[in-house]
Amino acid sequence: MEPNRGFSNRLAALALVAIATAGAAALLWVESDRAILILLLGIAIVAFGAGRIGILASLMQKALQQRRTIGTGAFLGILLVGFVFREDHFSLFLIGRVLLITLACLGLHLEFGAAGVVNFASAAFFGVGGYTAAVLSARTGIPHLLVLVSGGCASALIGSLLLLPLLRTRGHYAALITIAFGLLFRTFVEVNDSLGGPQGLKLNGFKFLGLQFNDELAAGPIHASFYENYVLLASVLVAIAFVLVQRLESSWLGLALDAIRLDEVAAASFGFEVARWKILAFTLGNFLIGVAGALSAFMVGFLAPNNFTFPESLTLVSIVLLGGIGNAWGLAVAAFLVVLLPEKLQILQEYRYLLYAGLVILILRFRPAGLIPRPMRRYLGHSA
Amino acid sequence: MNIGLLGQYVINGMMLGMMYALVAVGFSLFFGVLDVIQFSHGDVVTGGAFAGLAVYLGLRGVLHSSSLLLVLVLMGAVVAMALLGIAIARGLVLPLRSAPALNTLLLTLMAGTVLRESIRLFFPNGSQPQRFPPLLSERAIALGSLTLRVDNLLLLAAGATLIGGMHLFITRTRLGLAIRAVAQDEETARTSGIPFRKVVLLTFAIGSVLAAFAGVMNGLYYNEINFGMGLLLGVIGFSAAVLGGLGNIYGGILGGFLFAGLQTVGAVALPLASAYKDVFAFGVVILLMAWRPTGLIGERASERV
Repeated sequence: MEPNRGFSNRLAALALVAIATAGAAALLWVESDRAILILLLGIAIVAFGAGRIGILASLMQKALQQRRTIGTGAFLGILLVGFVFREDHFSLFLIGRVLLITLACLGLHLEFGAAGVVNFASAAFFGVGGYTAAVLSARTGIPHLLVLVSGGCASALIGSLLLLPLLRTRGHYAALITIAFGLLFRTFVEVNDSLGGPQGLKLNGFKFLGLQFNDELAAGPIHASFYENYVLLASVLVAIAFVLVQRLESSWLGLALDAIRLDEVAAASFGFEVARWKILAFTLGNFLIGVAGALSAFMVGFLAPNNFTFPESLTLVSIVLLGGIGNAWGLAVAAFLVVLLPEKLQILQEYRYLLYAGLVILILRFRPAGLIPRPMRRYLGHSA
Repeated sequence: MNIGLLGQYVINGMMLGMMYALVAVGFSLFFGVLDVIQFSHGDVVTGGAFAGLAVYLGLRGVLHSSSLLLVLVLMGAVVAMALLGIAIARGLVLPLRSAPALNTLLLTLMAGTVLRESIRLFFPNGSQPQRFPPLLSERAIALGSLTLRVDNLLLLAAGATLIGGMHLFITRTRLGLAIRAVAQDEETARTSGIPFRKVVLLTFAIGSVLAAFAGVMNGLYYNEINFGMGLLLGVIGFSAAVLGGLGNIYGGILGGFLFAGLQTVGAVALPLASAYKDVFAFGVVILLMAWRPTGLIGERASERV
């Protein structure tokens, strides 16, 4: 590849990231409903216009040649936005929430988008992580970073209880099992008194290397809300998970997962061990969801069964779908919009599940590949 | 345990079984003709109950005869859900026939959410449980220590009649024959001149009518309905259908009663008792799927590649 083209690709990638960062910051910044609607309309018109003349497609195509640049750029963009809003509790909380939902959706993306293992209990696995974190941090002195890992492990472990029925079934049957598990988890934490019952549990702040996350962050003259701590940790976790997922997908493991998703029977007859790859995807996915749930519990400081309902699971599935099943970048954008809009537009709050479900129906009916379709697998710099 | 209490458990189990069976038969019918699972079916049950309640709320000032009201409530629920079933089949399930099965699954799940949320948001005060009027006679017959409530007996009889009628319809009429033909082999059915689309729509209407009936029955039995009740009924109805072998409506009936029996025995025998009864039910669903993934009677399992 000539260096010139590499440079222009990199420029395109940076431009795309800059636009996305600016858009995100603008959405976080505006407050009144009307301003948000105008802004959204503006973004939609610009995106539609750019899409029509083909700028968007060519920009994306160029940018996608430079994934590493996008990744680094996006990470810096998050840090920048986090810095700009350093004194605004609510905005930082929203950023943190977007990041953690993205982390959970990356897990779901591994299961659902990569291996094709359905999971309609993602909110329950998120909750398993959260409850593990609450119990461990309240009753033991385990370092909190290990608590996060244990949250992930607990989620993966409980998920592995579902593996036997999941491996013996597929499609609708597998979906039923995960739905049943999601409902079971919710009713269980609701009636179990030692887990707080319907009132839920409280958590103290996250501690790491002697740093109290619930204290205000201060470095010289710069003060930041305590949520900044969580945003920083969450962005590091998301970055790690992102690299992991992307590496996994572009490796032969990802190829195996693709084969299994597309046709289990064909994959099996070509010698792929279907069960092994499903186990890998499901366990790793649940681990990520559990870690996200654990950190989210620390950040919010509170857990209740009502946060882990079936519609919440469907919301996470909608995010994966809206982003285009199997597209991790699209997923991050979708997570941002799905988390942010109902918080910003109060009118949407009440109607959000209805809205997401309706949107997903429209997308499945009229644009089944998702808003940003899955990119083609590339070999040696050429798209296949 | 005395006879009275035992009788109460039996009646309760039978009632649950009837509701589950009605829902399960719907799942089986849909699976038979189209090989899809209509995941919003549970919420159609809720829809039926709420449609009935809406009719009642609209007419209670005008009409005072409770039996006439009951007929109108049932008709309202049945007609509304039949139309809804047809709409779901036409708008969501049929257009996606050639798409991956996952899409149909997601689509019907989301359709269920839309239905559930619409009831919660747009029914007056819909996020709270609603009182369902007792439209049947509340008299009770005492047989020693056993008291039988007339309304429960009437509900059971009505459910049994409905299922019996379904059986006659499927086995004795030309339309039933057409449904069976489509379920057995779509292409052959088409070449024999059976209007495939119409039969599918009819099947969805019938299944949804059964669901509507189950919804009204649920309301009359518990005297309370809420927007989320369909989720549980749908999951259990589907498991019952699977347990009995999907696509086989008698299997669905069997599965429904079996499941209700299990749940009732569980509620009696488990020391933790009623607080965990739903946890127990969902746990049983998962275990049953692990044990017999394609049901007790079994579905044709070979796969054409």
